[in-house]
This record gives sequence, C-alpha cells and structure tokens, in this order.
Amino acid sequence: MPTHTFILNGKRVSVDVEDDVRLLWVLRDVLGVHGPKYCCGLGVCKACTSHINGQAFAPCSVPISDIRSTDRITTIEGLPATVGKDLHPMQQAWLDVDVAQCGYCQPGQIMAAVALVKDVQAQGRTVTDADLDQLRNVCRCGTYPRIREAIKAGAANMPALTVHRVKPKAKKHKHAVRKHTA
Amino acid sequence: MLGYLIAAPTVVAAARWGEEPAAAAVPTIAPTDLYDLSDLLTQAALPTAGLLAITVNPDGTASFALPRAEVGQGITTAVAMTIADEMDLPVDKVKVTLADARPELLFNQFTGGSNSMHSIYAPVRMAAAIARGRLLAAAARELNAAPSDLEVRDGVFTAPNGKTATFGSLATKAAASRTTLVRPRLKTRAQQRIVGTPQPRIDAHDIVTGRKQFAMDLDVPDALPTMLCRPPTINGRVVGVDNLAEVAAMPGITDVVIVEHNQFVPGGVAVRGKTFGQCIDAVRALKVRWGGGSVEGKSDGSVLADLKKAELPLTPALPLGKTIDERFTFHFRPGDPLETNCAVADVRADRAEIWSSLKAPIWAREQIALSLRLPLDKVTVHVTEGGGSFGRHLFCDAAFEAALVSKKLGKPVKLMWHRTDNFRQGRVHPFVISRVRVTHSAGSVLAFDQRHTGVATDFTQGIGELLTSMDTSLPGQNFLQFSETVFTLTANVPYNFGLVTQLLNEIYAFDTFNTSSVRNVYSPEVCTATELMVDRVAAAMGKDPMRFRLEFAKDDRMRAVIQKVASVGNWGRSMPAGTAQGLAIHSEYKGRSACLVEIDCRPQTVNRAIADAHTGPRVTKVVYAVDVGLPINPLGIQAQMMGGIMDGIAQALSYSLHLKHGHFLEGSWDDAFYTRQWNTPPELQVIVMPPTTGQPGGAGEFGVGTSMAAVACAYGRATGKTPTSFPINHDDPLEFVPYPTVPPIPDSPTDGLQKAKITRVRAKKKRAHTKKKTHSKKAH
Ligand code: FES
Ligand code: FES
Repeated sequence: MPTHTFILNGKRVSVDVEDDVRLLWVLRDVLGVHGPKYCCGLGVCKACTSHINGQAFAPCSVPISDIRSTDRITTIEGLPATVGKDLHPMQQAWLDVDVAQCGYCQPGQIMAAVALVKDVQAQGRTVTDADLDQLRNVCRCGTYPRIREAIKAGAANMPALTVHRVKPKAKKHKHAVRKHTA
Repeated sequence: MLGYLIAAPTVVAAARWGEEPAAAAVPTIAPTDLYDLSDLLTQAALPTAGLLAITVNPDGTASFALPRAEVGQGITTAVAMTIADEMDLPVDKVKVTLADARPELLFNQFTGGSNSMHSIYAPVRMAAAIARGRLLAAAARELNAAPSDLEVRDGVFTAPNGKTATFGSLATKAAASRTTLVRPRLKTRAQQRIVGTPQPRIDAHDIVTGRKQFAMDLDVPDALPTMLCRPPTINGRVVGVDNLAEVAAMPGITDVVIVEHNQFVPGGVAVRGKTFGQCIDAVRALKVRWGGGSVEGKSDGSVLADLKKAELPLTPALPLGKTIDERFTFHFRPGDPLETNCAVADVRADRAEIWSSLKAPIWAREQIALSLRLPLDKVTVHVTEGGGSFGRHLFCDAAFEAALVSKKLGKPVKLMWHRTDNFRQGRVHPFVISRVRVTHSAGSVLAFDQRHTGVATDFTQGIGELLTSMDTSLPGQNFLQFSETVFTLTANVPYNFGLVTQLLNEIYAFDTFNTSSVRNVYSPEVCTATELMVDRVAAAMGKDPMRFRLEFAKDDRMRAVIQKVASVGNWGRSMPAGTAQGLAIHSEYKGRSACLVEIDCRPQTVNRAIADAHTGPRVTKVVYAVDVGLPINPLGIQAQMMGGIMDGIAQALSYSLHLKHGHFLEGSWDDAFYTRQWNTPPELQVIVMPPTTGQPGGAGEFGVGTSMAAVACAYGRATGKTPTSFPINHDDPLEFVPYPTVPPIPDSPTDGLQKAKITRVRAKKKRAHTKKKTHSKKAH
C-alpha cells in the first residue's frame, strides 16, 4: 500500500492508504481528524472545507495521490496556529456573533470565510455582499445572516497579509447557470 | 410543588416531571423553614426513579443530564441558563449533557413539537432551587451567619463579615445522607438575572474549534465505516446480489452482507471498510437485483390525482355572501439535516450499545431491543449531539440499521448514509393539497373552510415510547391516533372569521412514503394557504392587508406583533414594480408571530447568474416579530427564527423533491434548492417581544410557517398573481441533471484541486488509475 506524506496542521504526517481514497477520509477515518465534516462527498456542500497551502478546497473531492509531501493542509483544528493564537479572529467573530446552531457546517464555514477574506484582501478590497453571495457552504440550520455578519467582523480583525499570491481575477460566471438542461 | 434531595456523596437535587405518583408512599412534611432541611426528612425509600437530577460537583460546577435531544435548537443553553439563574452560578459552570435513553421517564424523553422548554422549565428550576437551598443552609453553618444574611453570587456565598464559601467547597459537606422530600422556594421573575437575557450557546467554543462531537466523530473501538447500498426506487427490496465476494475483496473492505427488509429497516446491502471512501466505492460496485418499492410507478402527477380524490367535501355554502375558493399544492420537501443519518453500534451476543442523535431514545431503545431479541436492560442507547433534525430524528432509521448490521457481522459499525440516499430514501415532508373557501359579506368574514389532504405523515414513533407507539402501525391507527390529533391541535385560524372548519384527510399507509413530522408538521401549508386567502379577501373588501389583519386578529398579543413588524418594516412604503412587501401571521406553541418580507421578482434579479445555482426571486428583507410568552434566551430565539425564515423562504420559492417513476430525482444540495447565501436576505431583523405570559412557549419551528406564508404573499403582490403551487419553481423545467439511480450514489469527485484553482500535473500512472474509476457524474 502506498505511503503518503504531507504537512497536517503544522506537523508532518505519513499514512498508508490506497491512492484513490479522498483526503477527507484519510483525515477522518485514518488520522482521526474530525473537524472537517462529511455532508455530501460531492464537492457541493463545502462542510469539509479545509485549506491547502492557505487556499480553501474540498478534501472530499481530492484523491490522496494528488497531495504532495510539501503540501500544507490546514483543518479547523490547525487554524488558530496559523495566526499564533488560541483562536483565529474569524473564530472569535463567530463567537461574538453567536453564529452556530447545530454547528455541523461551521468548521467548513469558518475555513471558507478565512479563505474568502484572504482572497479579497489580496485584491486590496473589503468584503462585499456580492462576495458573500458567492459562498457555497450549506447551512441547513439557516445561520446565513449571522455568517455574513461574522465574516465582516472577522475580516476587520484579520491580519493584513503579506501578499505572496495575487489571484488573477476569476471569471466568475464561466460555467454559470446550468439551467434548463433536462 | 415538591422535589427531592437525594442521598448521594455530593449535593444532588431532583424534581419529578409532570404529576406526582398518586398517593405517594411518601409522607409529605410541609416545610416551615426552607433552610432547616433536617426537618424535612422522610423515609429513605422514595419513588425517585423518574426524576431529573442536578448534581453539585466539588469543582464548583453543577451538572445535569438533559433527557432531550440537542440538534442545534439551543435547548442545552436555555437549560443551563435556567439552572444557573436559579442557583446563582455563572452559566459556564453548568454542564449540561444529553441523557442516555431512560425508559422510566416514559413520555418525558421526547423532543418534538417544539415543546422542550415549555415542559422542562418548571422541574429544572425546582431541582436547582433545592440544590441552592441546601448549599445555602450549609454555607450558613460554615460561615456562622443567618441564611438571610448571606449574599450569593456566581457560586460564592459571602457573609456580612466578608468570609466566603464556594459551592464547590460545600458540595460534599452539604450532601444528604437520606433522601428527602422538599418544597423549594423559587425565585420570582424580578429576582431572575439570566433568564430573559441574550446568552451565547454553551457549545459555541467547541463548535468553532471543531471539537464538538457528533455521532460520526466518536471513536468507538473497531467501529469501522459502514454504508448501505440502497434501492433505485423508494423502499425497494433486495432480491439478490451477483458479486458479493468480488466486492468483499475490494481494497479496504472487511465485510459485505445483505440486510433483509423487516419491520425495522427497509433493507439493502451493507458494506463495512477501512474508510467511508472505500465503502462508497464498494456500494457503487455492487450488482444488486432489486424488487419494486412501496411507491413503484408513482410520480408527482399520480400522487396529486390521488390527493384530489381524497379531499373531504366542503360544508354547504352559506346562502349569503361572496365566496373565494382556491386549492393550493405543496410538493414533497426533503427532511435533511446537514449531518446525514448516522449511528454507531456495538452489538454482541448478550448486549448492545448504540450511539445516535435521537429525539425519541426510549422508543429507539425498546425497538432495538425487540429487533435484536435482547432484554431491554441489555441495550444501552446514548444520545449524541445532532447536526440538525428538523423533525427527521424523531425516527432512528440509522440506529436500527447499525444495530442490525453490527449483530449480523458480530462487529462494531459506524454506519452513515450518503447524502444522495438521504435525499432519495430519507424521510420527507409529505405532499399536501389545501383547499380554502372563504365566505364574506359586507365587510365581515362569515365562514372559513379548509380541507387539508396529504400523504400520510408517519407518527409511529408515538410520543417517543412504546406504549403510545404500539398501535400506530395498525391500519388506520396512525391517522386516527396521531395525524388527526396533531392537526386539530395545531391548525387554527388566528382571525375572527365566523364559522371555521379545518379538516384533514390523509392517503396511503404511514409507510408508503418515508415521511416524518418534518419542519413544523402541518403548519407551513395551513398557514400559507390561509394567509394567501387573507390577502385575497382583504383585496376583495378593498382593505390594506396589514389593516385587515389588525382588524380581524383574535387577540392583542397578535395585534402587537403585527404592529411591530409593520412599524419596524415600514409597511406600505412605495416600491418599484416587480418588488413588493408581504405580511403573514401565525399562532402556535402558545405564541404569536408576524412576518414582513420584501421580495424582488424583477427579471434582472430572478435571472442573476451564480455558477451552478438556482437563483430566482430574492427576498431582500425580513422583519419578524415573535411573542413566545416568556423568552428564556432571546439570542437563541432569534437564531431559531432566523433558521425558520431560511426554511420558509426555501419552501415557498425553491426547495422540493420531484417524484418520478417511484423515486425522487434530487440527489444533492445543488439539486434541492434549500436557501444558500445567494438567496439569503441581505436585511433581516428578528424582534423578540417582551414577556407576555410568564411561561416559555415553543420556538424551534415557529419561524417556518409564518415566513413561508409571508414570502408567498409578497410574491403574489409583486407578480400580481396568487401563487397556488409550492415551491413556485417546482413545475418549471428541471434545473439539474438527476444522478443515475444505479448505482444509487454518485462517485466521489476528483477535481477538488482544480475547483480550488490549484493546478497539478498528476503522475501518469496514477492519473490513468483514477480516471478509470471516475464517471463524469453529470453532463453539462
Ligand atoms: S462533504 Fe465535501 S463538499 Fe460536501
Ligand atoms: S449550524 Fe447546523 S447546519 Fe449550519
């Protein structure tokens, strides 16, 4: 069985697991890291959202063989350490606004929020309603309005980044509207 | 009211839920002095079995095992607040956990009908007051002061001379050596300092750090991931499997076994393996021959036709007055929480242990014991925190399945449903039609007739305990014992509308479709149909919809919430064509609510482009006022209303299931259009009205019906046409390509890095390998 190595929440880990097992299951079932949640396994709900080298992604949709030994994977458990604190400002904002209900979606929401704010900051802007409208994370408890409030509050307290990557302006509506396809 | 001090190593105080046992064998001694508890000694053997107990711990905390489910509604926080307030402890010193199934609690371990806080408030306060009284007496002795001279704050007693004693230091000293009956003195409303103030959730920190544990996060030794291969049509049965051994030999897979259909589970083929990812692959690889299901051949149209045939006749029309008559259609809606169905089970020859989010754990324990043929006391059922419920966890399908599979394999299992299974085989909100006829004349409403006809709502969980659920599976009993009762108790018209008749009829057996009391049971439809007709009548009378509601509302509490949303929401402000306000009211759970929404139905909004998204009309503003009698935690109530509003928006505009040839087409959150950020109202305000009754009413689902109705009314006013079929997009051409039904679940995507715009060149060999396994799931 192949061995896969990567950096998980600041620590190097090695796991023996088949190449095509998606990273989410490597994290949850093999490594016992339960912050990223399963909800669809289809790249749709974003409950599993974590960071790869600081960028948000859905580990349910990435075979472990796609992960390189130099990749830094950060789950909600490792988020505070990225700012060297007990809580990331976004987590603190979540507490201040009392966002969570059942909480199942919230690790993914927070990870998505942090990545969104970083992107927006890298473009030298602040978060707008249009940015928030692009977030895909599902919250069945319906905490969306408080999520919006918390992201704005958390963004204000996020350290301004040393910009090491300026994202090219994404063509947002490239495959927009898969309507009336049936 | 009486409670108990329990003989225990530390202070344990308890109260009984509901009635005291008749002619209790306990001589009751009327207390003359609360603080001299030794006077209250009674005989030791007390009927303490069904008690709710609060324990004071030496570390200064108080703990309480709550016999309720926490599924996000914030009940643990509200209970912790109640205890903290009564005891004078900080909220974070109260530890609330979820109790295992306790059959001796009978009807009292059931989380449904949004009644938790209503039923638990009094006994919890009583137990807390007894504990505090006991500690106070001990503190008085310890500090050599009269109890009345002591100050209590944040778990510390302070004597006039400045000396202090903490709850923790007294916990053991004040322990009772005999169990006694006590009449506590409760705080007055004016003395309460925490109840009624906004408090954040007690589990918020665990949630934001990813530490909160759900069933799937438990580490039960050897409980390996397990999934079921489910049928292509609803409730189809396994006939045979062609490649069982082959699948059992797939990477990571430890077991494959057929689970036969029986009274507890619909059945399927179970696979157990090292990771869920490998279970998904195994489920997809299985070649199963399936028999037809319980709804073979049925589609939306045929169900609608069956419903129309079963509609009860209206009462004969009154000779006077004009009538407005309309029938509203409400399609199936998913009952999916974000956490899919899951349970952990460790079943051995002589015992069983189950973990799951259960709203009716006693019933679950009894049923599991029956299905495993084990004595009840050999079955332990732990209630885990749930990732949402919305009525879905009244049933325990995953727990039944996990128990049976674990028994068959003789190994522990962590069983989980795939999301696509959750949508397609899960429990749904029934398909309903609601016909309303309003008769009015000369500015008054003379009669209001409503005929509600639905696919049967499964109530066979009873009220959470075998005695009440036993008969409900017999023909007709589900309807007679429960559906009708629940309908009669919840359906109401909060207006002075003359002669009101609201009748229910249901079609099919309780288990033809997999249903449950999903999201507010009958109320969303009853309320939406009613409120749309109110707008029609108001228009026929030439009255403003808000003024009409104020005029006809039954009581002042209702008028107060209407006035609140009208003034805060600036009712009647002028708005551009294609946009409008809408208003609705609803009365339930001993409360009152009113909702004002603004909607934008202009083409540029409806057709705004978001990738892979249903957009449609956008609700741009919601103002919601709720009077729950006595709000315990206004911050939590606002959260519950917010959730209900997101649901109401979805149910009115976009969220449903399409039934075609015996199965539902939706298979993911990109097919079933529950509210997402792009449909979230940018402006939302929830107003919790000041206390009106002194009793906490229900809040869990109180936001759903009112907001659904308000959105429907706003849509009607913006477009100039009363909507009659819900959600309004249901009859449009499908906006997604349905996943296939065989295999029953889609393959896991491999494009996670591309989607995140991270480019990787994969090693050739690996790429070929993955490619082969990847079906392109949906053709664009
Ligand atoms: S579980 Fe990964 S996107 Fe849904
Ligand atoms: S808080 Fe429950 S799903 Fe988001």
